[in-house]
Amino acid sequence: MQTIQTLNFVKKSAPPFSIGTISTPQGSVYKVSSDWTRADYWGMIKSRSSAFRMNYSVSPGLYAAGDPTRESDVFVTANYKLTFDTVRRELKGMNAWVLVLDTKSINVWCAAGKGTFGTDELINRISLVKLDTVVSHKRIILPQLGAVGVNASAVRKKTGFRVSFGPVQARDIPSYVAAGYKKTKEMSAITFPMLDRLILTPMELSPAMKKHFPWIAAGILLLFGLQPSGILFREAWSNGLPFILLALITIFAGALVTPTLLPYVPFRSFAIKGWIVGALSIYIATRYVELSLARDRVLLIVSYLLFPALSSYIALQFTGATTFTGMSGVKKELKIGIPIYIGAASVSLILLIVFKLKEWRLV
Amino acid sequence: MKYLANVTTLQYSVDKCTGCGRCVEVCPQGVFEMRDKRAMVTDRDLCMECGACALNCEFGAIAVNSGVGCAAAIINGMITGGEPTCGCGDTAAGCCG
Repeated sequence: MQTIQTLNFVKKSAPPFSIGTISTPQGSVYKVSSDWTRADYWGMIKSRSSAFRMNYSVSPGLYAAGDPTRESDVFVTANYKLTFDTVRRELKGMNAWVLVLDTKSINVWCAAGKGTFGTDELINRISLVKLDTVVSHKRIILPQLGAVGVNASAVRKKTGFRVSFGPVQARDIPSYVAAGYKKTKEMSAITFPMLDRLILTPMELSPAMKKHFPWIAAGILLLFGLQPSGILFREAWSNGLPFILLALITIFAGALVTPTLLPYVPFRSFAIKGWIVGALSIYIATRYVELSLARDRVLLIVSYLLFPALSSYIALQFTGATTFTGMSGVKKELKIGIPIYIGAASVSLILLIVFKLKEWRLV
Repeated sequence: MKYLANVTTLQYSVDKCTGCGRCVEVCPQGVFEMRDKRAMVTDRDLCMECGACALNCEFGAIAVNSGVGCAAAIINGMITGGEPTCGCGDTAAGCCG
């Protein structure tokens, strides 16, 4: 009876990716599988598309990949489960220790930027797992992007461990180790290919659809439905719907098309890129799609004032997800952009009032 | 891909460089390269101000005003009057992908 209960307890508390334990001077450490289950794939999809990722984590501490010994390498990573899953998958066939820092379920680069994948947490975690008793050497390998938060010389002074910043991508770990812990230029460089950009767009689209779209749609319906006699729903729908369609196209222009086609859209400024894609989308939409508003010059002007500016603003948000934009540049864009956005919105509002007054035959 | 020209706050004093190569090891944009046992800047406009080089240069040869380069964070900072911070708590929006 006793044994069964203990077994159940072990089964319940062991993480799903564990395939047993390995004993160290500091007690037993979970051995991790290098294979992904269906739940791991599903977790990846959910964390790429929703706030699910906020709590997608593994417990910080020491794990074993393969059958590591006292001589084996130590790879440090974040406790965002998608990051951890990637590392354990890429360590397939190797014997190594994996030291997971508590980064509050955030990936290495962002956590390093915030300081959670940082010098203090690393020093603290090394002493918590008593790493000096688990391995006989003094080398730890960090992902290169962790260097934003980790001061290697401070870590060495406090713990004695020498930090090597390995490749940017976990997939380069085997070739990095095989090359005698030497990085090629490619392993050091962060790239941002179309697929990577596309993967990030759901997290651009979803907040835009949730935060901006309902207000825009409600505003449009109210505007077209508003009559001196009250709100007419038929007017709201028939005249408002094409405008709502344009708003929807705009959001996709800024949050999906601009990030995906990023290097092919002219100019370096994200605000200008977003504006161009937004304006082109509106041009195509109003030209080839039968829209009643295209017949009204005031509404057409408002469409060109408002929607490209919205697309530009949304595209500017993508600077937070790219691998090559810096704070000074974004500040500069905002300094110039925000007054223009406010100006475009103000002029549009005045034109819309004029449009309504004309519609009501007041002017 | 390159971002805006002439905006980076990166400052590098070559006379303090000891040639350890740490900056080359940490920079994800290839801003530094070793030439004659000294680090040299290849192209300043590649710098994304992540701050990894400045943090890891033991000899104080590099300074950069680093921070989150995300529009939402900077707007947050402008509104609250503080440093740019991402809202990556419970209501995280576009950043930290």
